[in-house]
Amino acid sequence: MAERETWITGIGIVSCLGEGPEAHWRALSEPASADTTSFAPYVMHRIVPLDFDKQIPKKGDQRQMEAWQRIGTYAAGLALDSAGVKGKPELLSHMDMIVAAGGGERDTQVDVGVLTGLPKAAKAEAFVNERLMNDLRPTLFLAQLSNLLAGNISIVHGVTGSSRTFMGEESAGVDAMRIAHARIAAGQSDLALVGSAYNAERWEVILQFSLGRTLAKGEPRSVWDRAGGGMEIGTIGAFLVLEEKAHALARGAKPFARIAVIASDHVRRTAGAVTAALERMWATIAPRLAPESAAIISGVTGVEPGTSEEKEFLRHHSGLAVRATGTHLGHGLEPQFPANIVLAAQALRTGTLFPPGDTSGMERPMDGVLSQVVVTSVGHWRGEGLALIEAVG
Amino acid sequence: MAAYTDQSGRPVVVVTGYGVVTSLGAGREDNWAKLTAGQSGIHAITRFSTEGLKTRIAGTVDFIAVEPRVNAPELSQRLAETAAEEAIAQSGIGTVGDFPGPLFIAVAPVEIEWQQRQELAVASGAIDAVSYADLARVAETGQFNRYYERFLFGSVADRVAEKFGTKGSPVSLSTACASGATAIQLGVEAIRRGEADAALCIGTDGSVNAESLVRFSLLSALSTSNDPPQAAAKPFSKNRDGFVMAEGAGAVVLESLESAKARGAKILGVIEGCGEMADSFHRTRSSPDGKPIVGCIRNALADAGLTPDAIDYINPHGTGTPENDKMECLGVLGVFGERAKSIPMSSNKSMIGHSLSAAGAVETVFSLLTLDHQRLPPTINYLVPDPSLPFDVVPNTARDARVTHVLSNSFGFGGQNVSLVIGGEPR
Repeated sequence: MAERETWITGIGIVSCLGEGPEAHWRALSEPASADTTSFAPYVMHRIVPLDFDKQIPKKGDQRQMEAWQRIGTYAAGLALDSAGVKGKPELLSHMDMIVAAGGGERDTQVDVGVLTGLPKAAKAEAFVNERLMNDLRPTLFLAQLSNLLAGNISIVHGVTGSSRTFMGEESAGVDAMRIAHARIAAGQSDLALVGSAYNAERWEVILQFSLGRTLAKGEPRSVWDRAGGGMEIGTIGAFLVLEEKAHALARGAKPFARIAVIASDHVRRTAGAVTAALERMWATIAPRLAPESAAIISGVTGVEPGTSEEKEFLRHHSGLAVRATGTHLGHGLEPQFPANIVLAAQALRTGTLFPPGDTSGMERPMDGVLSQVVVTSVGHWRGEGLALIEAVG
Repeated sequence: MAAYTDQSGRPVVVVTGYGVVTSLGAGREDNWAKLTAGQSGIHAITRFSTEGLKTRIAGTVDFIAVEPRVNAPELSQRLAETAAEEAIAQSGIGTVGDFPGPLFIAVAPVEIEWQQRQELAVASGAIDAVSYADLARVAETGQFNRYYERFLFGSVADRVAEKFGTKGSPVSLSTACASGATAIQLGVEAIRRGEADAALCIGTDGSVNAESLVRFSLLSALSTSNDPPQAAAKPFSKNRDGFVMAEGAGAVVLESLESAKARGAKILGVIEGCGEMADSFHRTRSSPDGKPIVGCIRNALADAGLTPDAIDYINPHGTGTPENDKMECLGVLGVFGERAKSIPMSSNKSMIGHSLSAAGAVETVFSLLTLDHQRLPPTINYLVPDPSLPFDVVPNTARDARVTHVLSNSFGFGGQNVSLVIGGEPR
């Protein structure tokens, strides 16, 4: 069967750079900054304050969510608005949804209370049981479950065609995009909401990544120039509406861009393996690439060895201008790849790439019209992916 | 000879291997013998102290050799591997460590647990007040590095993919208590798209610990009928008072019919249809009109190209919570009308408990066994029928029956509804 064409007809993004693609564009043109005090010594890209009432009208709904869910539901609302499908049950009821999510948001006050009391407890396990039974808010469970961002989007925005949640850090974001696209291309879906949200501003998140010593500390630096310093994590919500071309045309929707290819891979991080995986995926897009009007938006994390391996890959394709979003947005794990496709779609709609954002020499200005963007993912641990996004018309 | 494509021109997706582990035991035969004997795997929890907890029973899997204070991802991985080994061996597909297709795996929530937090707190030397900054400071020494990969969301899938040599990026997923069915649905879709000739689909859950028990308790979801444990799970009974948490894993090897035939594999069943419909009513409760469940089942039937008349057995979600059983019966009634009351519908969870992320896959395996043996496992503990749910729940005793098409339902928090239609042989 001939592959059907998939358009991006809606985009929504929130992060430390602001709300919406235009705000991101403006901020990407400015020097990067980050918070170095709230979670010192760790560098944090904290999200701008959002007026949640604008996308989550019921206070009761907001109270039933934790931060990552509010951020994701908000970004999903922006994408639905942007696609012109918000509040249209005839479309939302057959809209498919794939969300990439972590979850596990905790009440750290309860945790430290238990840990502080434990050494004095006569019976350690019984003490933990008692404190958890008394101190945990019942609804916190619904912020821990990975699929409850999707659940909240169904409730708040009425997306009910289908609902799947992928877990697994960066690879979840890549595979969510890949499978949502593949389903449309193969005729299994006409209209899909896909994306992710991550709240980095949590000590339990910092604890997880500090176990692997993968976090950057001290002063913020370009993601290309961290000398193995690791990730500057950031809070990000990013969603896209994907739509089969004829479906979009029939309702008069305008595309931001078209998805040509999305590929993912899974390799052990042995020397050269990541570079080789990127090259294999590159081979799938090379036949349709027009290098003179193409650029690369990279999801590079700053964690080694992935960062050096991606640099090696980029050296093989040095004819294309490169932009990494990790310097400005920070790294948001699951939403990084969807966020970078949002920014690619915005760049393609305007026909120009945003300015270079680093001083290490990896990024250089691009003149002329932009017609294709390659988006990369090399997760901090796993999660290799590549997308080719194209201008329409 | 059956056609290689279905009524919609898509590749027919068949099952050529399945494996299962539950609190009843490891393996198809052991599980089936106990299931059809009406045996319960629910028991008092011994893995951790239940002092101060309202619920002190579960269907934990205690017979798999693991460290005494095993964490959820570790046990989930072991359970998944146990079930997948059995499934792959039965199918005879590929070679050892080289499975010719992708992995879709439903896994329990993953996060650092109390044992790790406690170890870090002790190591931090913080005396009067422990902070997360103290824990992170200790973590940065690298001495607890072993916990890092273990508690990444993708680690179970990564290790299972490595062990069995599945192809491409392994997909970890969660649709709460529908997860196992979603894993199978994703595999079916990949084969129908022609992306793969085979897929390994697993649901696994080894997450019974004090905190997970507390969290479900605080939502009043669990049975507190602790004594005797075997009688606690009472789906469809008037005195049902919640589900019983359990562990387990189910694995199926899916293949296109064409690919299975080409290598001479035995066809064990057909995944004829998958249906889904999200519920936007509430985070933990179903829409009172039952429409999302009705729509979900109808979508599965339509996907299978069948009318409701074709279903002759229902493997329900059947958790034994007052809400689930009421809403599921309403949904079944909405689809099947008066005939609903005479379609046998028995809950495996009455015996094995609710294995959460694994349940949809475990119950698919039991549905396949039901088709194979032409015998219906019972709903045990059915002593006080609920007059508002006048269904044939195959009360307390297994019986033989002619079964050609099974409907298997899975529902989860967050408005997740998935139904599978499973047939015995290609049409």
